[in-house]
Amino acid sequence: MTAAPASLGRRRTLWAGHTRSAYALRRSARLLVSLALLLTATFFMIHLVPGDPVRAALGPTAPASLVAERKAALGLDKPLVTQYVDYIGNVLHGDFGTSLISGESVTEMIQQRGPSTLKLGGIAFLVAILVAVPLGILMAALTRDSRRRGAELGFTAMTGAIAAIPSFLIAVALVYLFAVTIHLFPVAGRAGFSSYVLPVAALALAPIASLSRIVRVEGLRVLDQDYIRTARGKRLPSRIVYVRHALPNTLTPTLTVAGLLLGGLIAGTVLVENIFAWPGLGTTLVQSVAEKDYPTVQAVAVVFGVVVLLANFAVDIALGVIDPRSTILDT
Amino acid sequence: MSEPSSSSFRRALRTPVGVASTLGLLAIIVLAIVAPILWSADAAHLDILNASQGSSRAHPLGTDALGRDILYRVLVATRLSVTLAVVAAGLGALLGIPFGAVPALVGGRIGRLASGLINLSVAFPALLVAIFVAAVIGVGSHGAVIGIAVATAPYFARLSQTLSSSVAGSEYLAAARMLGVGKPRLLARHILPNVAEPLLITMTIAAGDALLALAGLSFLGLGVQPPQYDWGRMLSEGLDRIYVTPIVALGPAVAITLGALTFSLFGEVLAKAAAGGGVRRWQRAEIGAAAVAPARPARREAAPAGDVLAVDGLTVSFPGGSVPVRGVSFEVAPGEIVGIVGESGSGKTLTAMAIADLLPASARLEASRLALFGQDPRMLGDAQRRRLLGRSLAVVYQDPMSALNPALRIGTQLAEVAEVHDGASKTVARERAADRLRSVRIGSPEARLRQYPHEFSGGMRQRAVIAMGLMSEPKLIIADEPTTALDVTVQQQILRLLREVSVSGGAAAILISHDVAVVSQLCKRVLVMYAGRVVEELDVDTLVRVPAHPYTAALVAAVPTMESDRARPLASIPGRAPSPYDDAPGCPFAPRCPRASSRCLEEMPPLERRSATHRAACWHPLEDGTAAGFGTVEGVAV
Repeated sequence: MTAAPASLGRRRTLWAGHTRSAYALRRSARLLVSLALLLTATFFMIHLVPGDPVRAALGPTAPASLVAERKAALGLDKPLVTQYVDYIGNVLHGDFGTSLISGESVTEMIQQRGPSTLKLGGIAFLVAILVAVPLGILMAALTRDSRRRGAELGFTAMTGAIAAIPSFLIAVALVYLFAVTIHLFPVAGRAGFSSYVLPVAALALAPIASLSRIVRVEGLRVLDQDYIRTARGKRLPSRIVYVRHALPNTLTPTLTVAGLLLGGLIAGTVLVENIFAWPGLGTTLVQSVAEKDYPTVQAVAVVFGVVVLLANFAVDIALGVIDPRSTILDT
Repeated sequence: MSEPSSSSFRRALRTPVGVASTLGLLAIIVLAIVAPILWSADAAHLDILNASQGSSRAHPLGTDALGRDILYRVLVATRLSVTLAVVAAGLGALLGIPFGAVPALVGGRIGRLASGLINLSVAFPALLVAIFVAAVIGVGSHGAVIGIAVATAPYFARLSQTLSSSVAGSEYLAAARMLGVGKPRLLARHILPNVAEPLLITMTIAAGDALLALAGLSFLGLGVQPPQYDWGRMLSEGLDRIYVTPIVALGPAVAITLGALTFSLFGEVLAKAAAGGGVRRWQRAEIGAAAVAPARPARREAAPAGDVLAVDGLTVSFPGGSVPVRGVSFEVAPGEIVGIVGESGSGKTLTAMAIADLLPASARLEASRLALFGQDPRMLGDAQRRRLLGRSLAVVYQDPMSALNPALRIGTQLAEVAEVHDGASKTVARERAADRLRSVRIGSPEARLRQYPHEFSGGMRQRAVIAMGLMSEPKLIIADEPTTALDVTVQQQILRLLREVSVSGGAAAILISHDVAVVSQLCKRVLVMYAGRVVEELDVDTLVRVPAHPYTAALVAAVPTMESDRARPLASIPGRAPSPYDDAPGCPFAPRCPRASSRCLEEMPPLERRSATHRAACWHPLEDGTAAGFGTVEGVAV
């Protein structure tokens, strides 16, 4: 008697598993194509530089022999196809060549500086999510059914203003407030917990503002749904109504927006690192662009690009996993 | 722009944000034109003696390393900062718009490739793209502008992709083509006006973003190079001195913020005007005291102490003057199944939700008496009320598709009731949930508990909702149109199940339906509601044979039976029910009633007792139960 429905259930899950893996496969294919395009674009970057990139980097006073030597080291004297194949092969092996300026290994530089940027961006992203989601849900709960219009107005005005101010201005303001005026936190460098506070706050504030707005609007939408009335009809305590019944249904749009914000957050690290003299890839990037150190610029472009693509991929996969109806699986 | 949109545009500009952003934008434009003419010399004046100073009378925002006045420099820098931003945004539009039109114009493989590229490029952060492009072109304002243009282009491409596909598929374009309108004319007269508005909005917002991005690049030393200066470069110079003279960073920072904010706010105002949402009005009117009829119950004797539910003069109102439930009174005895019938909008669902304490927050409930299981829930504290209602009251909702939480497993949604109200452990709660699923005849309940609502059929979901109500032992089940959203074959099963659970558990039930046939199957006693009032209360036998109220008779006549002549149109009641805002004196049914007299229009008939089980509110009740005047009129079917 129980055999038939049980097998039915199993078949359903099997089927669901099948669409899931098909979805994961499609997304992986898209990721691979995107990565290929990224590598191709960064390869051509150095070839699009008007004139002779090596001469431009070394300056007009550099001896011709040195220019030729660096050119040979970069492989710029080989046919384009060979260069392309070499470049892809090298990058896949984690070899980004040597710096035009210092002659040092770019790979080593990235290994040295990459983690501190990743740490800064990752912590800022986590902080943004951990603050914005509860804040948004709380505001939705407080302002549902057009209650507390004053609080609603204050919240939207405040978050609107913060979201509009770019992270580097927030950073400058934070430096002024906390480092110059009340000397609470160090203003530059990376040394221990307190050095993280200001850069992380500068990076996370704007995403917190925009994300909590989205979460609140989504929360209001969800709180208006029939199943929330059902949950209230079960006389569950508000904590359970909000956390167990409302929150999971706001996750999909929240995660989608968070994925979009992640890109801006990564870009923000470049500016924020420069303000706080953070020893990361952002400071390296700015310096290498100014010095026309093309191999370094290329490498940082690849690293940032890969991080953005992987983050988007992770968000897509997470969306497929958390949404039980899995509407996204058809896309 | 057409007439209505220009008026909504004007209205949007008149809002505080509209006024502020318009004035701000004008100020920026004027400054960009005038400031370099007026103050270039002052901004370039070297005052070496006062170099690197903070705020002073002569230099309110301080001086730079060469003693030049920062205030003048900020004002003069407006032109370069804004011009570069606008040029960058315009270039981005020029690059992106044609590219975005490719999928709609070309289609096929190339179109798909183009749209794939657009989707991919939007994913990359604009500032990073700008930096890399600037690296290729060379550090300086040219590189920065082109970099930002390239970085902005994908957003314009995405916009033009959406617009072109929607315009290309539009009917007016097809019609114009059919009329033989030439291509240039098609573009100028039919396509451009339809895309101009969103493009303008995006341009404005993009200019604001470009302003920020340029400031960022200059701030990093990758944008405007000396001797030229813009706000970003000035901010970076100011930051170096923030410990000594913080004021010098203030001017440029404020300028960047205000500039970018003005553009983005103006863009938002434009967007709001385009959406026609410039103004929001709040209409609030007090509910007239006359709206609520002083409803004294016809039955005067005290309700038996054992009543599961007793309400007297229940009125539900909303801000704005809507009173959808007006003075409803009735009782429900233990184990009794009471039906409430009426057209949609008659107030039956709100009556049920008022009893279940599930009214929307804006609703106001009034009742001279409200007793659930002998207690007035209004008098109880939150925790007590939750305990009373959570354990003794179960609600079955109209649409099982939306009543269950799509993100939670069925098991969680059932088990939590026992966990919360009876403090049951996870295992015990789960066992009970499986048992309740079994009792509503859902096979292999253990497996079903692990599934999500979307894996259940409609009928099964309604069974699950009923099972959820049975998790505690309810003394009253309120079923609000429980079969309306279901297939006819499933309807019967659900009704039978409801009767079973009521009988076996000894629970009373209130069954709400617009369908007399459904109610008469399950109930002994029926309340007929019309325009928020109970117009008749009677037993099912009387309902079917000799109803007194013409409205009840019309409802009964509208039910097709096996003997109905299929060739004739279904019976229906002509006219429409009054709205909950209506506040006319007299019987609300009078305008639709064939028996109505002048008295009916002037005076509300009281709910009068006709027999031990029968009350009706009518000045001219039917004596033989025939629905005179109804039966063949075509109109809105009941």
